[in-house]
Amino acid sequence: MTEKFAPVDKILKEHGCDPAKLIPILQQVQDLYRYLPEDVMRHIADKLEISPARVFGVATFFAHFAITPKGKHIIKVCNGTACHVKGSSFVINTVKDKLKLKEGQDTTEDGLFTLECVSCLGACGLAPVMVIDETVHGQITPAQAVKLIDEIIAAEAKHA
Amino acid sequence: MENKEQGFVTIEGKRVPIQGEKNLLELIRKAGFNIVTFCYHPELAVYGACRLCLVEIEGMGILASCTVTPKDGMKVRVNSDEIRKLRRINLELLLSSGNHDCTLCSKSNNCKLQKLAKDMDVTEIRFKSKKLDSHKDATSPALVRDHSKCILCGNCVRICNEVQGIGAIDFAFRGFKSKIATAFNKELGESHECVSCGQCARVCPTGALMPNSSEIEEVFKAINNPNKKVAVHIAPAVRVGLGEIFGLPAGEPIDGKIATALRMLGFDYVYDTAFAADLTIVEEATEFLNRFKKGTNLPQLTSCCPAWVNYVEKFAPEFIPNLSTARSPMQMMGPILKADFEEKGGKREDLVVVAVMPCSAKKAEAKRGEFYVDGNPDTDYVVTTVGLARMIKEAGIDFVNLENEWFDMPFGTKTGAGVIFGASGGVMEAALRYAVAELDPENARSVKFSSLRESKVFKEKTVTIGDATIRVAVVSGLKNARKLLDDIKAGKSHYDFIEVMSCQGGCVAGAGQPQFEGWALRKTRAEGLYKEDTELAYKSQDNSGVQALYGRILDKIGGPVAHKLLHTHYKSKKYQD
Repeated sequence: MTEKFAPVDKILKEHGCDPAKLIPILQQVQDLYRYLPEDVMRHIADKLEISPARVFGVATFFAHFAITPKGKHIIKVCNGTACHVKGSSFVINTVKDKLKLKEGQDTTEDGLFTLECVSCLGACGLAPVMVIDETVHGQITPAQAVKLIDEIIAAEAKHA
Repeated sequence: MENKEQGFVTIEGKRVPIQGEKNLLELIRKAGFNIVTFCYHPELAVYGACRLCLVEIEGMGILASCTVTPKDGMKVRVNSDEIRKLRRINLELLLSSGNHDCTLCSKSNNCKLQKLAKDMDVTEIRFKSKKLDSHKDATSPALVRDHSKCILCGNCVRICNEVQGIGAIDFAFRGFKSKIATAFNKELGESHECVSCGQCARVCPTGALMPNSSEIEEVFKAINNPNKKVAVHIAPAVRVGLGEIFGLPAGEPIDGKIATALRMLGFDYVYDTAFAADLTIVEEATEFLNRFKKGTNLPQLTSCCPAWVNYVEKFAPEFIPNLSTARSPMQMMGPILKADFEEKGGKREDLVVVAVMPCSAKKAEAKRGEFYVDGNPDTDYVVTTVGLARMIKEAGIDFVNLENEWFDMPFGTKTGAGVIFGASGGVMEAALRYAVAELDPENARSVKFSSLRESKVFKEKTVTIGDATIRVAVVSGLKNARKLLDDIKAGKSHYDFIEVMSCQGGCVAGAGQPQFEGWALRKTRAEGLYKEDTELAYKSQDNSGVQALYGRILDKIGGPVAHKLLHTHYKSKKYQD
């Protein structure tokens, strides 16, 4: 049990097991697992001496946190005011179709991609903006978005 | 200090002295403006979310009065045009989402949202409704959640955290999707944290959280089944709670009317749980005296509160050896009634035992696996005080004008010690009455118990009998109980016997009782029990029905038959990764 959560315990220790640091703790833990698994959230609650319902409440309040596994590649499309005006909805819809995502689904069946619609990336001058993993793509068009996704699929196929 | 005046606030032109009120809302209510609110609860921390206590304060603008500290010279408008308009908008917004179909709600007539809508004569809602979560969670035998009736006031979240120290529920998700959820949004029946105490339902202003009442239908069916005999017994706290629903004075014990009503409902045998409470005392106090003499498994912890038992199993299993193995009165009554029925030639499954309880956790207790014999439960159905009122109303019984009848013998006999079980401190007092009489029969009534009857969440007493010194504590509210356990573990507290009740003030304040706020009514209800006590025999060993039972079915106190029928066991249910 202790070994299982050793990396989590390390993060908790860095923050002095302070319940006030719950959000940064969850951020770091999510980087570790790519989402927040239930048993990990329980473990965090136990160590911080707060209820697991409180941890779950925080984890579901912020869009940043995922309680189901995220895909290997995260695609963020901005739908803030500037990006929206510049047609980000078309990009979002095209990506959804391309990834065959159903209503309410944000991660592909194969676990390769997660699509997130975010409210502002702070790069309004480049609207509409799409970020794949850590790379920012400005003034994106639906066609370009599809091309970028295809490139990743091809690279992944080569790896496999 | 509390009563010292700290200046004046002018409320609607009236000068009102500040006398230690914690917030402006309390002062406004003192001035006679009884503003209805949802998220303000006198027993909980201030939250300021419902925005129905908005007031206009000169120089400060419009604020939620529950969040403002009253200061000398404040000028407050409660009913200005602006305030009236805002309060109405806020109410309409609350009504615009969710299901508020009052005629189809069990909480009707006792719902704050309904009351306010009526008081403000809201006849239309100008805002378009948004379809919300219509999922009804009836997985817990104790409680039912209906998210469509929830207005997110957070009272349930706060009482579970602040008073019970558990946090089984909290706010989850965001915006329109916000809801009160258990950890990981599990159904309440699957929640690892919930102990079924139901205090969340006691503070819910709407019908979003209520004790599970599904068993009422089954009880009616059993009564109307010609092949079954149906026995019913009522817990002590029921007799000082039920009357409130029919407009009778609070705290007045109405055993006689209840017995009459139960017969009119068609129950074959009408008994009193206080009989079994005497039986519990005989077993539990004997168990205590044995442990006390040997010095083992002390402090003994009482086990008649089922939410407390759940708490120990889930959160403090290291104290399981300290729990009394004596069953609760309800779970003693069931097997005794069934054994008696069998002894007289009946079949166990042909006797249906119904318990009327002030509690939601009792419903879950009856469903525990160890309380079944060959698939037949010791207690078939548990109905709350409020549930019994519903049955009486549905049957059209004119409760207020009923004559007094008496309980059936022999399981309707009781002593005062059995009756006071319903108040925090009552179980300990009853146990000590028994113990004192056993240790020093000459001076059985020498000990006075006034300190255990106070309206406090923590009480203690030291009783000296001959060369024995017994240190006892009485605690109510699970957060207070947790603190006591921690102190014991740390070696800071030393007691021999501890009574724990999950609800502050004891069973009179249970989730199955008519809804209320504050300590005054707890006190009134408890006083009703102590009043009935004065009219009855003093100690449990004087219950003639209990004495006869040991001769007939049970044999020796604490003996093998008594152990089989009257004792139980516990196991750790602590969460494991």
